Amino acid sequence: MKIKVCYILWFALSLGLASCELDNYEAPDSSLKGRIVYNGEPINVGYDQVYFELWEPGWQEKSPINVVVDQDGSFSALLFNANYKLIIPASQGPFISNPNDATQSDTILVNLNGNQTLDIEVTPYYMIRNPQFSVSGRTVSANFGLEKIITDANAKDVERVSLYVNKTYFVDLGNNIAATNINGGDIADMNNISLSVEAPAITPAQNYVFARVGVKISGVEDMIFSPIEKVQIQ
Amino acid sequence: MKKYIFIILSGLLAFSSGCDDEEFLAREPRNILLDEQIWQDETLVLSVLGDLYGRMPDYQSITQWGSYADFDEAFASAFGDYWRHRNTEYGFGEWSYWDYGYIREINLFIQKAEAATELSEADRARFVAEARFIRAGVYFELVKRMGGVPLILEPMTYDFSGDPSYLRHPRAKESEIYDFVISELEAVKSTLPADINTKSRATKGAALAMQARAALYAGSIAKYGQRTPSVSLPGGEVGIPADRAEGYYQTALKAAQEVMTLGYSLYKKKPDLGENFASLFYDKDNNPEAIFVEDYKTKSGKVHNWTIVNQPRYQAEEQEGGRINPSLNLVQSFEKLDNTYAPLPIQDANGNLIHYSDPTDLFAGRDARLWGTVILPGTQFKGKEVDIWAGFMLPNGNVVSSGGFGGRGDVNGDGIEEQVVGFSGPIDNLEFSAQTGFYIRKYMDPQPGSGQRGVQSDVWWIRYRYGEVLLNAAEAAFELGQKDLAAEYMNQVRERAGLIIPLTAADITFDRIVHERKVELAFEGHQLWDMKRWRLAHIVWDGTRMTVNDLLTGIGEAEDPSTMVFGMWPYKFYDGNGDPNQAEWNDWVFKIVLPSQVTNPDRFRLGNYYSEINDGIVNNNPLIVRNPNQ
Repeated sequence: MKIKVCYILWFALSLGLASCELDNYEAPDSSLKGRIVYNGEPINVGYDQVYFELWEPGWQEKSPINVVVDQDGSFSALLFNANYKLIIPASQGPFISNPNDATQSDTILVNLNGNQTLDIEVTPYYMIRNPQFSVSGRTVSANFGLEKIITDANAKDVERVSLYVNKTYFVDLGNNIAATNINGGDIADMNNISLSVEAPAITPAQNYVFARVGVKISGVEDMIFSPIEKVQIQ
Repeated sequence: MKKYIFIILSGLLAFSSGCDDEEFLAREPRNILLDEQIWQDETLVLSVLGDLYGRMPDYQSITQWGSYADFDEAFASAFGDYWRHRNTEYGFGEWSYWDYGYIREINLFIQKAEAATELSEADRARFVAEARFIRAGVYFELVKRMGGVPLILEPMTYDFSGDPSYLRHPRAKESEIYDFVISELEAVKSTLPADINTKSRATKGAALAMQARAALYAGSIAKYGQRTPSVSLPGGEVGIPADRAEGYYQTALKAAQEVMTLGYSLYKKKPDLGENFASLFYDKDNNPEAIFVEDYKTKSGKVHNWTIVNQPRYQAEEQEGGRINPSLNLVQSFEKLDNTYAPLPIQDANGNLIHYSDPTDLFAGRDARLWGTVILPGTQFKGKEVDIWAGFMLPNGNVVSSGGFGGRGDVNGDGIEEQVVGFSGPIDNLEFSAQTGFYIRKYMDPQPGSGQRGVQSDVWWIRYRYGEVLLNAAEAAFELGQKDLAAEYMNQVRERAGLIIPLTAADITFDRIVHERKVELAFEGHQLWDMKRWRLAHIVWDGTRMTVNDLLTGIGEAEDPSTMVFGMWPYKFYDGNGDPNQAEWNDWVFKIVLPSQVTNPDRFRLGNYYSEINDGIVNNNPLIVRNPNQ
């Protein structure tokens, strides 16, 4: 009798092992990588703030795959090979999607077959030009210009410009240890904006911080940022 | 051989009972009641209706304590709920609600009640009116959360033809749902009893109170929706045209004024105004203020654990409690008796700590609702000091404290240990301790046993009360430009709170209206809906990090950001003389703290104004359009 139980257990084990292969799908292995760009320049956005959707037509149940855009405007996703429709929801990003010829709309067709790199051209409301960071003691200063890209009926005003400083590489509205703002109406010269803020004491002590400037556009939820700069402090 | 006999016998047995199929299959069930049995007996009908009443939805309520910590009213002092202060944004699907199964049952009830001939005419009319009241409440809840939804007023039935597409209905406009709610309540109000002592069933007062609130919400969405033009849909499923605002406000004012004629009044039974405000919520005996409630009863099975989960840790009847810690953000917004706003004075002009002989002195001269809403350090609950203090502070600024409830340490170096922290905390990162320095008072049950798991509490949950009706009337009057009237209504509510210097018409501003609702209706489940309808949510919870300076400025301003919850800890100040255990040798000082679990600011996105309708619903019914900005 004892032997029989043992056989059953072995049988069950082999069944269990075998089922691994039977009921599992292959993992997705094609990567879609790229950046959100304007004339080839990446659009920097907040951490975990901007995403776009990939829809795969042909299935009975429709549900998008959300792809999050990183702070430097890049994205990457591991996917199955398929024909996807890429849509940036209107509420996402400090930019307007460009229409393309293939679909006569802002939907982008992505025929994924193996690894692919795709830069998505969009039109931002503003671009941050020539950001310069400097430090004196613990005070981080930034100087930059703002270029208004959209000037037609869709143009929007600047609500505020902000300088953010953080002790880690995540720097934006919600991730900072120091921040300072200038309201849009108080900006005298769009080509020469200066902001400075003092970094508070950091525990455990570190002699560097990360900084970047951002622009909040009125009526647009997501901010556009400069690239993140690592600066030495005292 | 035995086997064959068994098989033959069981075959015979099967046939023997099958002789009379008709009778066998048509037997009356003994475990359920049939429609015909229900609809001839009014008490049975009432129990069906009771089930429908019991399922009315709330977002924040006394049975959903954790959701109070989602915004800036409170900190969640419980290990499993710290995430509420660590998340960086609200999911689009939060606060969503889509319960068409419930609506179908209400529709079935209405259909059957209208066809029931065995009931008396009066009973039948009241049942139908009550079910329509519940249905209006459910649609009101749906429109608050989702915007316009399919308006289904008949129980739909599938014909098994293989094509269910005829059951699909598109979303109605947001304004159409509000119009439906308002007109339904108008239609049933006269059928419902005008009895002010009926609290847990629909009455004329309840219908009018709901109507006033719904019309006020619709009016403010029409008016303040202009702040956020992107929160709208071209088909009107979200967003109400601005020109309809005035009409809705007039409806709201008229309905609220009609409630005022029914005999309800503000609760003013007790001379101590703070105590009076607290007992408004737990006194179920001839309470003139409660209009419509969800009632509970001990020993009946319908009880709740609000007191268990929130009781001060020191007097807890179980090894738990203290989960909701009201925030300093809320506490400091209770105004001073001269109608001005000010932070709590803990430092003088030179930055030195101000010493108080009693911890409650810090809160003296403020709105009495503070005492009725929050358990403050130095006060009592269930006849016992709550014992909230964070440690001894020495003249050099050092603090002697401990990491356990009522922990001990040596303060003056004499080798004798004394208690160095309160039995209710505050201790940072210790669940159930008053991590903001405060506990909640509203709806706390003072009955012995209410904090025991075996007994629990039967304090009711007030969905509509007269105080809110007055504030609704005040807001509607203000928006219609009748500031005198607005001041009159608001002053009634404020006078009950000890704010006896009346506001004049010139004092009534939008900020005043927002502030008054914040302090009067805290922890009653209004905050989210108010912030949404005023389109203030994305401004106040804008995702910026807060500093102490941000906290202390802008009190009483509607648009002042408040994204992180702060606390205020009391310390016993001991200068080295005398016995630290004796009160006469201690002063009290206070410090502002940010609980270490509050790591991220709240961020309410434009896509949060109307909750996401999930893909499953849209896949089943492609006529449903998605909500904006998601």
